Amino acid sequence: MNNDQDNTILNVDDIYEDASEWHVNAGGIKIVAKRLAGRFRTLKWLGMSIWSILFIGPYIRWNDSQAILFDLPNRQFNIFHITIYPQDIWMLSLTLLFFAILLAAVTSVAGRVFCGYFCFQTVWTDIFTWLEGKLEGNTPQKAMKFNKAPLSLHKLSRKLLKHVLWLLIGLVTGISFVAWFTDSYQLWSDLFHFDVSLTAVIIITSFTFGTYTFAGFMREQVCFWLCPYARLQGVMYDQDTLLPAYDAERGEPRGRIKRGQDNSAKGSCVDCNVCVAVCPTGIDIRKGQQEGCITCGLCIDACDSIMDKVKQPKGLIRYATYKELHHNGKTIPFYKRFRVIVYGMILIAAMSGIIYGFMNLSPTEFKVVHERQPLFVKLSDGSIQNKYTIKVLNKTKQTLIFKFGIEGVDGATLHGLTTMMVEPGKVIPVTALVRVPDGMMTSGIVPIVFKGHAESNSAISVSYKSMFVGPKKTGNK
Amino acid sequence: MANNKKSPTQVEDTGHVWDGIRELNNPCPRWWLNSLYLSGLIVIAYFVLYPSLPLVNDSTKGLLGWTQIGEYKEDLAKVEARRAPFEDKLSAMSVEEILADQEMLNYSIGSSKVLYGDNCAACHGTGGAPAEGAGYPNLTDDDWLYGGTVHDVALSIAKGRAGNMPAHEKLLKTEEVDQLVQFVIDSSNGVANEAGLALYNAKGCFACHGADAKGIKQMGSANLTDKIWRFSGEEDQIRKTILHGVNDATDPATRVAVMPQWSEKMAIILEARAYAIADGDDPSEIDWADELDGTEAERLTETEIKKLAVYVHQFGGGL
Repeated sequence: MNNDQDNTILNVDDIYEDASEWHVNAGGIKIVAKRLAGRFRTLKWLGMSIWSILFIGPYIRWNDSQAILFDLPNRQFNIFHITIYPQDIWMLSLTLLFFAILLAAVTSVAGRVFCGYFCFQTVWTDIFTWLEGKLEGNTPQKAMKFNKAPLSLHKLSRKLLKHVLWLLIGLVTGISFVAWFTDSYQLWSDLFHFDVSLTAVIIITSFTFGTYTFAGFMREQVCFWLCPYARLQGVMYDQDTLLPAYDAERGEPRGRIKRGQDNSAKGSCVDCNVCVAVCPTGIDIRKGQQEGCITCGLCIDACDSIMDKVKQPKGLIRYATYKELHHNGKTIPFYKRFRVIVYGMILIAAMSGIIYGFMNLSPTEFKVVHERQPLFVKLSDGSIQNKYTIKVLNKTKQTLIFKFGIEGVDGATLHGLTTMMVEPGKVIPVTALVRVPDGMMTSGIVPIVFKGHAESNSAISVSYKSMFVGPKKTGNK
Repeated sequence: MANNKKSPTQVEDTGHVWDGIRELNNPCPRWWLNSLYLSGLIVIAYFVLYPSLPLVNDSTKGLLGWTQIGEYKEDLAKVEARRAPFEDKLSAMSVEEILADQEMLNYSIGSSKVLYGDNCAACHGTGGAPAEGAGYPNLTDDDWLYGGTVHDVALSIAKGRAGNMPAHEKLLKTEEVDQLVQFVIDSSNGVANEAGLALYNAKGCFACHGADAKGIKQMGSANLTDKIWRFSGEEDQIRKTILHGVNDATDPATRVAVMPQWSEKMAIILEARAYAIADGDDPSEIDWADELDGTEAERLTETEIKKLAVYVHQFGGGL
């Protein structure tokens, strides 16, 4: 026992040695990734193009108003002809649940697809580095040469142009974001008149400089140290997850091939390092799966182009599962995997809830609140009176006039409330009094139903079950 | 950046070793140190800008001149600015006009909750119904000693009320008291009681409670024919009221029922107007300099009383 412990202690220095070889780029090295055309590059452009909705969406009109408007001051979301009020906000939580589970489901099937193709951090960084490459050189060598060159008008103007373009993209991003929450055309008009609300100014400014800093300077460091998703991937992946991976069995022992030599002892990897050069986060995929990998597949494009040149089959780096590469089991197809099935069921449940919600959006919201202090009042003629606060929210675009009545209690009469006018989007609390004559109450609490119908629109009617409270019956009377 | 990237075997250590693990002597990360220094600077800036150092009777004021009570007053001013248009409108409206205006009615009820809670709820209960047996009038039913129109309610609040019923312990015989107690119970239940009624009239009860025993609004005497009891409908409690009276200073066991006066000024105004109308005069021609001498007590403002009157009227019992 003691000997075992001693052995472990002796090995600590070896662990130090091992760890010292592990290189982590904590921002000390600026990644200048080479850009190569390829399948996954095209896919990335396609994924990125979805973000154009952010910029175009707010300008779509529908019935003379913004098609999609998240109108926070008026507490309503307008989505084409549908208006969603806070009362329907449970659909938002289902939507959030749907996307959270979708993220988990996709991750367990094909890794960080979101990171590689859609994430705003990688998308904006890609645009920013593309601009930088155009202006300062798109390989590490060219970029270094440009940066090491003495200050000249040419260098200065390019640097200045880069930063101006970056800030401009940030500004447009900020304005586009705000345009979803306020009328977009009015926003632009306000912007040109320097008459924008302080909230909008704060949001646009933080977006401008946030985008400039995050996509211009922090880049992959955000993925490494700020984003929690990279840290969670370990629990979302398993041995059946399809990931960009290096086929070590085929590639090793790696080595540069030389003309006129016998290269048969070497593996397929020619150690050209192009897979590292193209990686936007600067990792070496040949070291295996790691947190820096955003699964964008650009190394696959790079390796395939090299395999073409050395006349070898493509796919030394490819989307493959752990089991496929290590032959320790047959990869289970995703639709047979337990966790994918569970995720799928949650997705279906959430989506059904959202569809149900949209199909059953009520034009009104009706509530009857029974007064609690006091629960009931005995009037001078011995009748029992209950007080209710009635609230009707009008979710339609027209003013509604409601007529009310009560059902379910013998002899009960309604006082102080007969008709009520509710403007669109408004909710008005009104007091209603219900009286039951002396001796008509058979028990302490009886159910009562409030019914109302809109005069102008017979399709709209409301109903609410409440309680009528009277004194407790003591013995026989 | 601090250079922490050397191999652990090449870094000097502190000489502390636990279970073979050496404590290395690497410097703290620069960002961490900078954050530490920055937080120190923030403390100094805070000390300069805000009240911070306690002195013997006071404290340092800070350059910003910020105080907690000042912040409270600013917030309060914001609330009052928001309410001002409503309050201005209310001050020019009569209580009847407020009742007829749904928007002002909602505002009055909404803004009176605190007012009622601070000034009225201690006796009359949070929702207008006092605790059982507490002896305070219920404001939610439709039985009103001094009238249940919103004007009557406003006048009761402004003027304050104190009923007066003499103690009858020395004036009535025990049998007579028993008979009157039974008469009162019968009246409430709508049962005829000829002998009781004769005694009621003979002993002069009608002078206050009226010939029909329904009470007289001007005196605040109780209606004896309905199902609502000012104090209690229990036999011994009715007897107590008859024997010891209400607010009778000569009887130590008397019932005490006093509603304080909340605005002498408003009481005078409301009464003067009511008299003018009763006499067929125009209330707008009243010479207020003649009526008011400027020393009238005001525990609540006129607008506050109006709001409270509306609030109480809307408990559900207002007439």
